[in-house]
Amino acid sequence: MSTTTTPESRSRGKAPAGEKVADWADGRLGIYSLAKANMRKIFPDHWSFMLGEVCLYSFLIIILTGVYLTLFFHPSMNEVEYHGSYVPLQGQLMSEAYKSTLDISFDVRGGLLIRQIHHWAALVFLAGMFVHMMRVFFTGAFRKPREINWLFGFLLFVLGMFTGFTGYSLPDDLLSGTGIRFMEGAILSVPIVGTYISFFLFGGEFPGDDFVARFFSIHVLLLPGIMLGLVVAHLILVFYHKHTQFAGPGKTNKNVVGMPLLPVYMAKAGGFFFLVFGVLAAVSAIATINPIWSIGPYRPDMVSTGAQPDWYMGFSEGLIRVMPGWEINFWGHTLVLGVFIPLMIFPLVLVAIAVYPFIESWITGDKREHHILDRPRNAPTRTAFGVAWITLYFVLLVGGGNDIWATHFHLSINAITWFVRIAFFVAPVLAFIVTKRICLGLQRRDKDKVLHGRESGIIKRLPHGEFIEVHEPLSQEQLHTLTAHEQYKPLELGPEVDENGVRRKVKMTEKLRAKLSKGYYGEESQIPKPTVEEYKEITSGHGHH
Amino acid sequence: MSSQDIPEENLPAAQDTAHGAVKLADEKNPFADPGLPPHEHRVQDIDERAAKRSERTVALLFTLSMLATVGFIAAYVTIPVDKSVYIWPLGHISALNFALGMTLGIALFAIGAGAVHWARTLMSDHEIADERHPIEASPEVKAKVMDDFRQGAKESALGRRKLIRNTMFGALALFPLSGVVLLRDLGPLPGTKLRHTLWSKGKLLVNMNTNEPLRPSDLIVGSLTFAKPEGLEEHDHGFQTEIAKAALMLVRIQPDNIKDKRSLEWSHEGILAYSKICTHVGCPISLYEQQTHHALCPCHQSTFDLADGARVIFGPAGHALPQLRIGVNDEGYLEALGDFDEPVGPAFWERG
Repeated sequence: MSTTTTPESRSRGKAPAGEKVADWADGRLGIYSLAKANMRKIFPDHWSFMLGEVCLYSFLIIILTGVYLTLFFHPSMNEVEYHGSYVPLQGQLMSEAYKSTLDISFDVRGGLLIRQIHHWAALVFLAGMFVHMMRVFFTGAFRKPREINWLFGFLLFVLGMFTGFTGYSLPDDLLSGTGIRFMEGAILSVPIVGTYISFFLFGGEFPGDDFVARFFSIHVLLLPGIMLGLVVAHLILVFYHKHTQFAGPGKTNKNVVGMPLLPVYMAKAGGFFFLVFGVLAAVSAIATINPIWSIGPYRPDMVSTGAQPDWYMGFSEGLIRVMPGWEINFWGHTLVLGVFIPLMIFPLVLVAIAVYPFIESWITGDKREHHILDRPRNAPTRTAFGVAWITLYFVLLVGGGNDIWATHFHLSINAITWFVRIAFFVAPVLAFIVTKRICLGLQRRDKDKVLHGRESGIIKRLPHGEFIEVHEPLSQEQLHTLTAHEQYKPLELGPEVDENGVRRKVKMTEKLRAKLSKGYYGEESQIPKPTVEEYKEITSGHGHH
Repeated sequence: MSSQDIPEENLPAAQDTAHGAVKLADEKNPFADPGLPPHEHRVQDIDERAAKRSERTVALLFTLSMLATVGFIAAYVTIPVDKSVYIWPLGHISALNFALGMTLGIALFAIGAGAVHWARTLMSDHEIADERHPIEASPEVKAKVMDDFRQGAKESALGRRKLIRNTMFGALALFPLSGVVLLRDLGPLPGTKLRHTLWSKGKLLVNMNTNEPLRPSDLIVGSLTFAKPEGLEEHDHGFQTEIAKAALMLVRIQPDNIKDKRSLEWSHEGILAYSKICTHVGCPISLYEQQTHHALCPCHQSTFDLADGARVIFGPAGHALPQLRIGVNDEGYLEALGDFDEPVGPAFWERG
């Protein structure tokens, strides 16, 4: 930024209008330096990079539609009698929150549409974060230097869950009230302080007159405020670290190959915002979501069958449903294990995936930066762990919908519950073993492809009558891509005695680390990738088969 | 990475040329990185007519968006908010919601589709490689920062003047307590509130639906009736909080079929009054199977045997439903003979 009066700064005066505005801004904000680094910033192209964009855009759509909804929503639990335009509820007693939600749905033109876009976008936001997180997990994009950004993303996912929960609780309808009651029962199970937390949260006994107003400020201010900060931090780090990329010709750990921000990425990503918004608007035009008018206002002594939370809360619902009802009474106190244990497993399941990057980097001891993505097959133990985690998550989702499964598939609810209780322990282990096997199989196939070429499907008959299938050799691009991944060697503890014959003390943690490292990179856990020598030996002189 | 599966030279037309020894740029290392593949032209890059077609497609999409926005405004102005239309296969839906959503959806989607089509067909698709720079600082920068820090720390004398340091930490650690104290008035202390309900000796059992006091003859064997304490009206302030504890579920079972002795004692001619609030996490129990006398909570499927003191026979609930002791007053109405003798609803630490 030039501050002296030079001929250059005089030439700025004669510039076209757009440039003048930019000059003005640059003099105050220094935008030219910013643009120099970022205007032609390179973004690699891969379909899976779009998942994070889905999250960002649905988050923006949620904020836009949410602000609109606050203009009409009354976060109050005052009892009123309904005399609005929805005839079936005429004369019913309900809270103002519920009534104003009815008004948004039936009297505000376009109110129903905005409400439905808001809710659909929330579902897509959470689903997008889940899949985006899995993409990052399975490709190892969380490795150094991106561990902190992984945690930011994880926090966004958890906060998103609670923002969603507080959001769908606001209309004070029969279904959401039941969810709140569930939450209150879970809080009550916390030893020593549970009753106090419940009374402080609800301003007294359940349901009281306060929770809608309190959830409202949590839903529209506290949580989204934190999330907005995290989203900005997340994006700054994405910009700063630059995108990861898959291995391929010309793509190294030291470069990033793709299209520049201006114009290609801007047009694609900007256009994608409109695509997401457009699809959500169309879905909201044709698919009703959370029809609170047919559910009715909340009454603590009423409930409907088939009550389900929004999908992202389903796994916590599963935990609470399949847990046996253990209760321990002692010295005038009750330990409500049947509810408290699920309440504790809920964060544990989430934290297990959050801390994974740190565990893996401890096992590998790798301090280098990683910008080339792993193919999931080339990290079999990680992939197997991820699939085991997803399996656990989905087993619990099944548990959370056990009544729905029972009624739709004519199954015994008791049988489903028992299935989930057993599968909770067994299914992740099975998933782990099967996934690892599949990964190793795929590694073997890659190795065969590199050494023997790909099956062309062409059958050739040799002069003496034998039939052989012709294998096409791979191009160098493919050879490079299939052999670009690194393979770690398992950690060696070294000899137990040193050169003087004195027994070395090996720490327990070191032993554990060596064991895990063997589990990750031992003979059972990866297929050595083909070497140049192997390749040459097979291809030299022999043709191919 | 499906792009690796069918490389172009292996497609049928190119197979003859691909047949034979592989051509390698680097004889020593066949796995070496061959570098970025050469740029392949799109049809729009070489055929101006195709480029023009793309341009028209993009312009058409943007025009469609404009029309859809006009349609949105027209729908907003002309369609009454309460008009319902039949649209196959959606059924009867709000005409306004459908019209606004579809026009808005088209207006937005067309902008997006136009922009993406423009980027994919007309903007340059030359791949560019940008260099990465290590995130961590160079040793020189690090040394400078450490020096600066040491200098600053020395000048502050924080390490030397321990009294200042310790009192500062004390002050900073204490002041957030004010914030914690301020939270005290979020709600009253629990006290024994969770142990008491509106039920007391002599309170009549009032039918939840008809709002009339119940007589034993109103309840037939096999029926399930919901009741509330006399005097609790829907319009009352605090109705929700009171009914959340006092809601009652009445069943009538042949006295011979009641297995639990105390349960039988507390009943009246086979009429049993149980708390309707599930002891798991507080859902109202509303499903009753009269043959087996099982009551099922629809939320988490805890199942209670009402003929056997409402003990839990399946599901996550931890203890039986509390039973209310009932009798009949002089006028023949069902009345409570006291409050529940244990807290209703979910268990909590102080429950005991």
